[in-house]
Amino acid sequence: MAQNIIELKNITRRFDDDGYIAVKDFNLSVGRGEFVTFLGPSGCGKTTTLRMIAGFDTPTEGEILLNGKDITVLPPNKRPINTVFQRYALFPHMNIFENIAFGLKLKKLPREEVIKKVKHVLDLVDLEGFEERSVATLSGGQQQRIAIARALVNEPEILLLDEPLGALDLKMRKEMQIELKAMHRQLGITFIYVTHDQEEALTMSDKIVVMNRGSIQQIGTPEDIYNEPKNAFVADFIGESNIFKGIMTGKLRVRFCGGEFECMDDVDEGTLVDVVVRPEDVILSDPADGTVTGTVTAVTFKGMHYEITVESGKYEMVIVSTKAQQVGDKVGMSLEPDGIHIMIAEDHITRFEAGITSDYKLDYNGKEINCDLTKIIPGSSMKDGVLTDSAGQSVDIEKIKINVSIQPGDIEMSDDIEAGLTHGHIINLIYKGDHYCYVIRTAHGHDLIVDDEYLWNMGDQVGLILPEDKMSFALKK
Amino acid sequence: MKYRFSRKHLAIPYALFLLVFVVLPLIVIVYYAFTGNDGKPTADNLLNFFGDPNTLGTLLYSFILALVTTCVCLLIAYPVAYALAFSGLKSKSVLVMLFIMPMWINFTLRLTALKEILTLIEGNLAFHPFLNSVVGMTYDFLPFMILPIYNQLDRLDKSLIEAATDLGADKVKCFTRITLPLSMPGVISGVAMVFLPAMTNYVVLDMLYNSTYIMGSLIGSYFSAYDWHGGSMISLILLALICIFTLLTRDNESSDVRGGSLI
Repeated sequence: MAQNIIELKNITRRFDDDGYIAVKDFNLSVGRGEFVTFLGPSGCGKTTTLRMIAGFDTPTEGEILLNGKDITVLPPNKRPINTVFQRYALFPHMNIFENIAFGLKLKKLPREEVIKKVKHVLDLVDLEGFEERSVATLSGGQQQRIAIARALVNEPEILLLDEPLGALDLKMRKEMQIELKAMHRQLGITFIYVTHDQEEALTMSDKIVVMNRGSIQQIGTPEDIYNEPKNAFVADFIGESNIFKGIMTGKLRVRFCGGEFECMDDVDEGTLVDVVVRPEDVILSDPADGTVTGTVTAVTFKGMHYEITVESGKYEMVIVSTKAQQVGDKVGMSLEPDGIHIMIAEDHITRFEAGITSDYKLDYNGKEINCDLTKIIPGSSMKDGVLTDSAGQSVDIEKIKINVSIQPGDIEMSDDIEAGLTHGHIINLIYKGDHYCYVIRTAHGHDLIVDDEYLWNMGDQVGLILPEDKMSFALKK
Repeated sequence: MKYRFSRKHLAIPYALFLLVFVVLPLIVIVYYAFTGNDGKPTADNLLNFFGDPNTLGTLLYSFILALVTTCVCLLIAYPVAYALAFSGLKSKSVLVMLFIMPMWINFTLRLTALKEILTLIEGNLAFHPFLNSVVGMTYDFLPFMILPIYNQLDRLDKSLIEAATDLGADKVKCFTRITLPLSMPGVISGVAMVFLPAMTNYVVLDMLYNSTYIMGSLIGSYFSAYDWHGGSMISLILLALICIFTLLTRDNESSDVRGGSLI
C-alpha cells in the first residue's frame, strides 16, 4: 500500500499571457487506493492541478510521475486516468448506453463485453435499465451518476472528480458523498477529488491537501487538518475557529485575549504567535472561575447547540455550547491546554483600521493621519475640495474604512508619551542579535511589535511614532 | 362590452399582411395552376410540366447547380467556421465580421466586381457558364453557411471534447464522434439557407451571362409570355419541393435536443 501511484514534483503552472501563477511549486505523492482531496477557495489552483493530472493542462515547470513513469506531456487519451467533470459533460447526442460505452468502443471491445460492462456500472451507480434513456430526461443527480459510471467503466487507475457535487442540492449532495465513499472502498481505485466545501473534504478523504493562492498550505488526514492546522489560513478555512494574536510568555505558556493560558506547544518565549481556539473547546463558567471574563453579546440557537458570542475587552470569541446564555450575562472562559493550538505568526506587521474625517484625513482614536485618498479609492478624484468617485458622485466617507499597516522596523519609540499616534508599555522584549524586538501593549489594548536597536526596559511607558510615509494604506473591502 | 387592448391585438397588422400578400396570392396561384385559358379546371399544366423535357431539364439543372453550390459552400464554410470557433483568438468577432462584411455591399455590385475578375481570368465568361454560376452563388451565399455553423460550434460545450479525449478519443475520433454530430443543426440550417435560394436566384446567372434557365428564370419566362397558368403551376411545384425540403431538415433538427441555430 505504501507504493505511490502518482507523484507531482515541483509543479508550477504560469499563464503566459498575464504571468499569473495558478500553481506554485506543488509537491504531492498519492498512494495507491487513497482518497485525496484538494481543498481550497475558488482560484486557489486546485482545478488547474487536477487538469494537469488529467492531461488537459501542462505544467510550466516540474514533472508528473505515474507509477514512476513521466507522463507530464502525455495527452489525456493516453493516460489511464478518467475524469468526472463539474458539469458532467455528458454527450447530448447519445443515449446513456452510448455515453457509457464511448470509451469501451474506442478500445474496440467486443459488443457483448461492452453491454456487460455498461450494465455492471449502471448497477454500481443504482441506475439499472437506464441504457436507452436520453441525457435530457435525467435529473442532475442521475446525470452525475452517469458521469461517474462513464468514467469508472474504463477501469481507470485514478479517478479525478472536479467538484462533482457542486450542482446538486444539499440532501442529494450528502447522499452522493456517502455513495462515492462506498464506491471508493468497493473499487479500490485511487480517487482525487476537488472541492471548496470543507465539510465534504473532512467527510470523505483519507488525505486532504489544503491550497491557497496556488500553494499547498497543509497536507494531512482530516483529523490532522482540523486539530492541528498549520497556519491561520487553514484554521480559518477548516471549520469555525477563533484566531488571536498572542505571545509566548514562558515555557508552555501563552498570553492572548487578555489572559495567560497553559498550552501544549513548545514555542520559544517571546515568540509572536497565532492562537487557534475551536468554539467547542471553550469552557464557560462563572466569571470568578474563568481565566478571562467577558460579556455575552449574541446567542444563536443552532438545533444541536447554541452559538454564543462573548466580548472580552477588545476581543471577541465564538463559543459552541449546549447550555443557553442570556445576552448581557457576565461569563468566565477557560481552556484546557489541548484546546489551544499555537502557530508561529508569519509576520509582525501592525495593522489597524481607520475612519475618515470630514477633511479627508484618517482618524485613529482622535489623532489624524494624512494620506492621499484618491490613490486608495479606485477611480476617485478631488473636485472642488470634494472627494468624488468615477461616476462623479461624492464619496460617502462614513461608509469607508481604511486598513493601515506598518512594518515593526518602521515604528519609532519615544520617551515623550504624546509624541506619536499612540503610546503603551513594554510587556515583552527579546534580543534578536542586532536589535531588540519589543511587544508593546497600547493604551487601547492592542499588542504591537516594534523592532528597535536601543535597549528599553520592561514596563517602560513609551510613545509610538508611526511615520506616515512608512505606512501602507488599503481600502477595507 | 368595453374594448380592451391585449397583446394579441399587436398581431393584427401582421395577420392582415399575411392574408393580403401571402394567402391570397397563393390562392390565386393555385387557381391559375389548375385552370386552363378557358377558365375550366384542368390538370394539363401539371402534365405539361412533367411531359416537357425542357422544363424537366431546367429542374434538373437548377437542382444540380444548387447542389454543387451548397457542397462548395459547405466545404469552404465548415473549416472556416471550425477555425474561427476553436481559435483562442481574442479578436474572434472581428474575424467573423470580416466574413460577414461582404453582405453589407449591394449584391449586384459584388457580382459586377466578380464578373470583372472572372473575365480577367477566363477571357470570356461564355466559356464556363456553369462554373461561373457556381462561383457567383458561392460568393454570394457563403456567409449564410458560415454563420450558422460557426454559431453552433462556438456554443458547443468544450468540456464535451475534453470528456471525449479523457475517455481515450484522439483528435480525429473527437471530431467524428462529438464535434461533427453536434454541429449538424448548424450545417442543416446553412444548407437550407444556401440550397433554396440557389435553386431560384437567377439574377446571378443573368449577371454572369449564363443564359441557361433555372427554376426562377423559367417561371419569369412563362409570366413574361403571359402564360399565367403554366407559370403558376411551376411556382406551385417549386413551392412543393421547398416544403418537402424544409420538412426534412426540420425533422432532423428537432430530433436534436440542442437544436436551434440561425434560422
